[in-house]
Amino acid sequence: MLNRTAENVARATPEPLARKVRGISDKGLAWLFISPTILLLLAINIFPLFWAIYLSFTNYRANRPNEVVKNLGFANYQRILGDQDIWIAMQTTAHFVFWTILLQTLIGFTLAWLIDRKFRGHAFWTTLILVPMMLSPAVVGNFWRFLYEPQIGLFSYVISFVSGIPPTNIQMLSNVSLAPWSIIIVDTWMWTPYVMLICLAGLRSIPEYIYEAAEVDRASNWRQFWSITLPMALPFIMLAVLFRGIENFKMFDMVNLLTGGGPGSTTEVASITLKRQAFESWRTGYSSAFAIILFVAVFGLANIYVKALNKVKQR
Amino acid sequence: MKSSLKMALGLASAIVASTAVSNAAHAEDLTLCWAAWDPANALVELSKDFTKETGIGMKFEFVPWTNYADRFLNELNSHGKLCDLIIGDSQWIGGAAENGHYVKLNDFFDKEKISMDDFVPATVVGYSEWPKNTPNYWALPAMGDVVGWTYRKDWFSKPELQKEFKEKYGWDLGPPATFDQLKQIAEFFQKRQIDGKTVYGASIYTERGSEGITMGAMDVLYSYGFQYENPKKPYEMEGFVNSADSVKGLEFYKALYDCCTPPGASNSYMGEGVDAFKSGQVAMHMNFAFTWPGLQKDENVGGDKIGYFVNPKGPGGAQFAQLGGQGISVVSYSDKHESALKYIKWFANKDVQAKWWSLGGYSCLNAVVKDPKFPASQPYAQAFLDSMAIVKDFWAEPSYAPLLQASQKRFHDYVVAGQGSAKDALDGLVKDWTQVFQDDGKM
Repeated sequence: MLNRTAENVARATPEPLARKVRGISDKGLAWLFISPTILLLLAINIFPLFWAIYLSFTNYRANRPNEVVKNLGFANYQRILGDQDIWIAMQTTAHFVFWTILLQTLIGFTLAWLIDRKFRGHAFWTTLILVPMMLSPAVVGNFWRFLYEPQIGLFSYVISFVSGIPPTNIQMLSNVSLAPWSIIIVDTWMWTPYVMLICLAGLRSIPEYIYEAAEVDRASNWRQFWSITLPMALPFIMLAVLFRGIENFKMFDMVNLLTGGGPGSTTEVASITLKRQAFESWRTGYSSAFAIILFVAVFGLANIYVKALNKVKQR
Repeated sequence: MKSSLKMALGLASAIVASTAVSNAAHAEDLTLCWAAWDPANALVELSKDFTKETGIGMKFEFVPWTNYADRFLNELNSHGKLCDLIIGDSQWIGGAAENGHYVKLNDFFDKEKISMDDFVPATVVGYSEWPKNTPNYWALPAMGDVVGWTYRKDWFSKPELQKEFKEKYGWDLGPPATFDQLKQIAEFFQKRQIDGKTVYGASIYTERGSEGITMGAMDVLYSYGFQYENPKKPYEMEGFVNSADSVKGLEFYKALYDCCTPPGASNSYMGEGVDAFKSGQVAMHMNFAFTWPGLQKDENVGGDKIGYFVNPKGPGGAQFAQLGGQGISVVSYSDKHESALKYIKWFANKDVQAKWWSLGGYSCLNAVVKDPKFPASQPYAQAFLDSMAIVKDFWAEPSYAPLLQASQKRFHDYVVAGQGSAKDALDGLVKDWTQVFQDDGKM
C-alpha cells in the first residue's frame, strides 16, 4: 500500500523537478528537510545566546539606544562575582532548590509507592493527586496568596485552629522566616505529583518476577524495598530530581506572584534579581553577564549530574 | 433585473464609500497611553468632546500600575508606534527627553501661546521640564497628584473615643499636624474594636516590586530633613541622603509600619491602601490624591465619614509631600504629530481643564485651581491645594529606574524585613546611587 502511494507520488512529480531531486544525495535530502528547523533554532536560540555573550562584555543598556556602547572586558563578570547581593540571591536559590527537591522527592516517591500498591480506587486517587500539576502557576500563585492572607486566609485559620496562635499573627508572606517556606510549600504542593508520576513509572518498570524470587528467598518487605525497589527506581528518581532541579533553579513565576522577592530581599531568587537588573534597572550588559553565569552554572551542574545518572543506570 | 442590478451596485458603492470614510477616520485616530485607574476613565469621558470638536477619534491603551512602567518604557525604548500621546510618569521625563522619546514642545507652546506660567509651578518642574528648572518643556502638566491622607471622620468624632484619646495623649483627636501626632493616633486605633470589628491604625506604602515603599518612605523623609544631594554641589549625597535627620525619618517609618499597620500589609501600594480603607480596616490611609474622588463617593466610607489631611510636619517643622502625577507628551515615533499636538492644545484650554477637574481628574491649570470657588468645589479640594504647595519629587534623571530599584531594596530590607539599621540602609543607598551616577559619568 505504502509502496503504491510512493509510486503514485513519484509518477505525479513533474519531470524537471524529479530530475533535480534525483540528483540530490540521501544526505543532501536529509539536510534539506532539517534545515528549516536548524535555521529556526539558530535564529531563536543560538543567535540570542551569542548576542547575550557579546552584550555581557559591554555597558549596553536597552533603554539608552542612542548611547555609545563601550567594551568593558570582564568588568561586568567581576562586578557580579564581587556583588554581595548576587551571592545572597544565589544562596536563596540554593536554599529553595534544596528544600523543594528534598520534599518533592520524599513525598512524591512515597505517594508513588502507595499508589503502586494498586488498592481499590487507586486510579481515582492518582487523578486527584495530579490536579495541582495541571493548574496554571499564575492561578496557583494567586489563590495561595489568598490562602496565606492573615485576616481571611484559610491556611492561616487552619494553622491557627491547630496551634492556637491567632490567625493575624500567622503572616506567611510578610514574615522573614516564614516567607521562604511559604514558597517551598506551594511549589511542593504543585510539583510533587510530577515527581510521583516519574517515580510511579520507575516502580511499574520493575519486573514482578524479581519480587517473586525475593519472596522465595524469604526476603522481608523492608529488605525487598532496600535491595530491589529503591535501586531499580533510583534512575527514575534521579531523573525527576534533575528535571525539578533545573526548573527550580530558574523559578520565577511563583516567587513573583507570592512575595515578589520580599519581604526585603528574603525570597529574592536569582531569576528575580536577573529580571530586576534586566527589565527594571535596564542594565542589559550586566544582566547578560549574570544570565551567562547562571547558564554556565546550571549547564555544569546538570552535566555532572547526568554523568552520575548514567553511572547509576549502568550498575 | 435591471433595477436589482442597480440596487446591488448602489449598495456596493455605498459599502465601499462608507469603508473609505471609516478608514479615513481611523487613519486620524489617536492612541493615548496611560495607567488603568479612575482618572483614565474620566479622561475617556472628557476626550469625547475632543472627538466632537475635531472629528479625530481617540483610542486608549491603559495598563495597570504594576505593569505601567515596564510596558510603556519598553514601548518607548523599542521606538514603538502604539502611542501617539502618552501620559508618562514624572520620573520618566529625564530619560524620555534625553533618549528622544518625547517631542520637545517649546516651539509648539510659543506658536499656540500656551504659557507654562499658567500652570502650578511644581507641576511644571515635576512633569514638563528637563533639565529641571530650565525652560525646556517635554510635556503639558496633565494630572496633578500628591501623596496625602484620608481618615475616618466618623470614628474620630465618636465622643467616647475623643474622651479616651484626650485622657491618654492630652490633645484633641483630630487630623494630625505632626508625624508624632499621626503615630499616636495610629497607635490609639491599632487593634481597637469599633462597631464589633477589629480595626488598625494606618495603611502606608510598603510595596516592593515597583515604587511603593520609596514613595511612602520619601513622603516622611522629606519632612524629617532628607535631601537628595548637596544643593551647592549636584550629586554629592554623603551627609544629605544619610544625614542624622534622614535616619530618624526612616526609623519613624519603620516604627509606624511595625506598630500600626494591618496584619500582612507588607506589600501594600495604592490598590491595597484603597481596599484597606474601603473595607473599614484602617483609621488613616496614605495615598495619592487621585484616589480621593472614588473614596468620597464610596457608600460605606465616603460622604460624611471621610476626611482629608495634608502630609503632617516633621519634628523640625518642615512639611513636604511626595509628588505624583504626570504630564502629557507627544511620542516622537508616532506618525500623527499634528493631530497629537491638536489634542494637547485642546487639553490646555481652560474650559476643558475645568471639566477635567469636575470629572475627577486633577487639573494643574492656575485658572482652575486658583478659582475662589475651587476649595469648596469638593471636600478634598483644599487638602489637594495645600498638598500641591509642598511637593518634592524623586530623581527624574535618565537613570531613575536603577535609582528607584536601589531605594526599593534598601527601604524594604530595613522597614519590612527588619534587616540592619536605618543608618545602614541610607549608607547603602548612598553607595548604590553613587555607583549609578558613576556609571552615567556624572560623578
